[in-house]
Amino acid sequence: MRRFAALIDSLIYTRSRNAKLAAISTYLRETPDPDRGWALAALTDSLDFPAVKSSTIRNLAGTRIDPELFRLSRHHVGDTAETVALIWPEAPDREQSDPTVDEVVQALSSTTRATAPDIVASLLDSMDSNSRYALLKLAVGGMRVGVSARLAKTAFAQAFAVPLDDVEELWHALDPPYVALFRWAEEGGKRPDLSTTPFFRPFMLSHPFEGDSLDLGAYAVEWKWDGIRVQAVHLGGETRLYSRGGDDISAAFPDVVEAFDRAGVIDGELLVRGTDQGGEAASFNALQKRLGRKTVSKKMRQEFPAFVRVYDLLIDGEDDLRLLPWHERRQRLEAFVPTLNRDHFDLSAVIDVDDFAALETMRAGARDAAIEGVMLKRRESPYLAGRVTGHWYKWKRDPLNADCVMMYAQRGNGRRASFYSDYTFGCWTEDGELLPVGKAYSGFTDEELKWLDRFVRQNTLNRFGPVREVAKSLVLEVAFDSIHDSKRHKSGLAMRFPRIHRIRKDKPAEEADRIATLRGMIS
Amino acid sequence: MAKAKHWIEPHPQGVYVRPADIWIDPSGAKQHAVVTHGHADHARGGHGEVWATPETLAIMGLRYGTDAGTPVAYGEGFERGGVRFSLHSAGHVLGSAQVLMEYQGERVVVTGDFKRRPDPTCAPFEPVPCDIFITEATFGLPVFRHPPIAGEIAKIFARLETEPDSSILIGAYALGKAQRVIAELRRAGWDKPIYLHGAQVRMCELYEELGVSLGELRLVMDTPKEEMRGQIIICPPSALIDKWSRRLPSPVTAMASGWMRVRGRARQRGVEIPLVISDHADWDELTGTIRELAPKETWITHGSEDGLLRWCELHQIRARALAMIGREDGDDG
Repeated sequence: MRRFAALIDSLIYTRSRNAKLAAISTYLRETPDPDRGWALAALTDSLDFPAVKSSTIRNLAGTRIDPELFRLSRHHVGDTAETVALIWPEAPDREQSDPTVDEVVQALSSTTRATAPDIVASLLDSMDSNSRYALLKLAVGGMRVGVSARLAKTAFAQAFAVPLDDVEELWHALDPPYVALFRWAEEGGKRPDLSTTPFFRPFMLSHPFEGDSLDLGAYAVEWKWDGIRVQAVHLGGETRLYSRGGDDISAAFPDVVEAFDRAGVIDGELLVRGTDQGGEAASFNALQKRLGRKTVSKKMRQEFPAFVRVYDLLIDGEDDLRLLPWHERRQRLEAFVPTLNRDHFDLSAVIDVDDFAALETMRAGARDAAIEGVMLKRRESPYLAGRVTGHWYKWKRDPLNADCVMMYAQRGNGRRASFYSDYTFGCWTEDGELLPVGKAYSGFTDEELKWLDRFVRQNTLNRFGPVREVAKSLVLEVAFDSIHDSKRHKSGLAMRFPRIHRIRKDKPAEEADRIATLRGMIS
Repeated sequence: MAKAKHWIEPHPQGVYVRPADIWIDPSGAKQHAVVTHGHADHARGGHGEVWATPETLAIMGLRYGTDAGTPVAYGEGFERGGVRFSLHSAGHVLGSAQVLMEYQGERVVVTGDFKRRPDPTCAPFEPVPCDIFITEATFGLPVFRHPPIAGEIAKIFARLETEPDSSILIGAYALGKAQRVIAELRRAGWDKPIYLHGAQVRMCELYEELGVSLGELRLVMDTPKEEMRGQIIICPPSALIDKWSRRLPSPVTAMASGWMRVRGRARQRGVEIPLVISDHADWDELTGTIRELAPKETWITHGSEDGLLRWCELHQIRARALAMIGREDGDDG
């Protein structure tokens, strides 16, 4: 574990992408199987130990240290795993050992909820502080070492001088600790045959459009839908639904999975039809009711029926279409989608628009609940893994804005552990009461964060654990993509993607917006 | 016996000793002040009359242009308004002192800031038995345990070995931390010149004048860029990410502070080599000192007072937090 812990720490403290790549590559080359495979899985959050939760380690800490001291420390450090790693008492006479990553993984995966505390405790007892940190991050997931899956794959490709595209594809088809992947990369063997296995293919991603104009002869236009990006795969008689990050979300959407019965791989937006929406796609709010569920009731399926609005076809039967230009794939797609179950699949239309000026007007006017903006796709582009410049652009409609008053602030996590960086803000009712309408923790610069942090500390009225109530004097201009009805909040409103747009030091709090004004923005 | 609560008054801006009309480490200008050490959050300029160690007076002279004041050496003292004041080494930085006050049979100690670890640049902490122990608690949480300093210094040499062409830039507070890091580098065998940011020079010179030898020091400004490859440079923490650091060849940033124990803190500052080196007592030193002195009461001036307060409660030690202002958990940890 010490070698792995050293890798984790070097990634934490390195900002340079090249240095991160070098650190991972070196580790992968110098570490034997299966440790390096487990490490790779841990870095990309592909390991799951259901018996060990964040609460397991928090409770465990409570057996060795006063819970109040732990709570105070946790607030200071901003991260449960790190707090436990730092606070865990070391018996001075105890000899520290250095178990392999494999030994740790085997121990963690063979535990039940009942045995987990003892097993984790004895591992913690055997390690130094850095290894404890690595162990706990490994156990509960969420490494947060600034390594994306893409970066880890790039490091793998670099370590063994193999093509990144091959790594991308094989990665998702193999399970940790990826022994076959290492063997192939190291010994130059034959690529494992995957033609009949259902697995995730990396998505083609877009860049934000920042130009003034674009040649619509070269680029096709589609609506950008406000759902979640999914890939539906039906190969070898099995069907899977994958989310943006490649997670298998089949269990949450059995209606969609059961309905997809033609061999192929499609790319589209998962949406739900709201009961009120008369068959149209409902807002993201409605979709949220179905997200993150391990199982889904019949009632859920009926009330919030899910469907995929399809916009690309990666594999049609046995043909891999990804190297074909967009317009050829589109033709195949238009033939493919009508053969699918209409309740659960429809085609995302290509928008016919004369020129760029007309497109601008159309985008600005689009306030359909399920539309986020438009997509611009180069007609000649193949389907490329990842975010490659010059092919796909997203052009979101302009955000809505409201002037709100800061009400509460909470400390952030990780890098922001010492800053009050999460703000709850509200707007006025007709009776002059301030009600919370949202919470934001982004949109400001580092300088502004420092200023806001100071404001919170100097204007604290009350402390509730990690939360501070502040004097209702600071106006924040909040930008958000849309706003919806919500039963969860007293104001009856919920914002989507709220972020701090500007700090309005100049504006008196009484002049902030009213709830009624925000209500008028509901799409 | 007098009850301290009648003659010692904790105020947000400092501890006030009523019978003597003296403030200890006041955060604003006062007529009479005892200053424990030279850090800016304890030593302010503009007081009428100041008592401090000769070293602290010299440091204040450097910072505020006037070293007027009554020097009081360790173990010595003076009397005023029936209160006997004496100063005792705190082990924090050069000249740092604890203040012992005796009044009508009661003994009260104010630590200022202190540490228990050995430090080649200042005298070691002297445990002073007392009835009331008024302590700092900068690192008053059990996550703060400072590792042995040799291992931290070794991180610098390890990096120079893997990246011999880089220059290691260590952010260290100008008073105390910088000199301690230099002295520890020397002790570990680094005998090449050590390079300084301009803001570090005068304090290092003062340390030398006061008898702390730091070896050969050079100014970054006077040195051609290429000559600083493979060298160690000391600068104020604020300069780590300043334009100033661009004059160095392939700089790797390090920072010497007790806060570096928390990864988020190091990341926040973009630090590549966190050096957990502190001039404050860590959790074990704080709690160990309270146990050792076994005062009747412990008062906590600043830092993570909630944590230390809780520990006292768990160990049935009478304690209270004083909520001092202006003591910041800044760069001097």
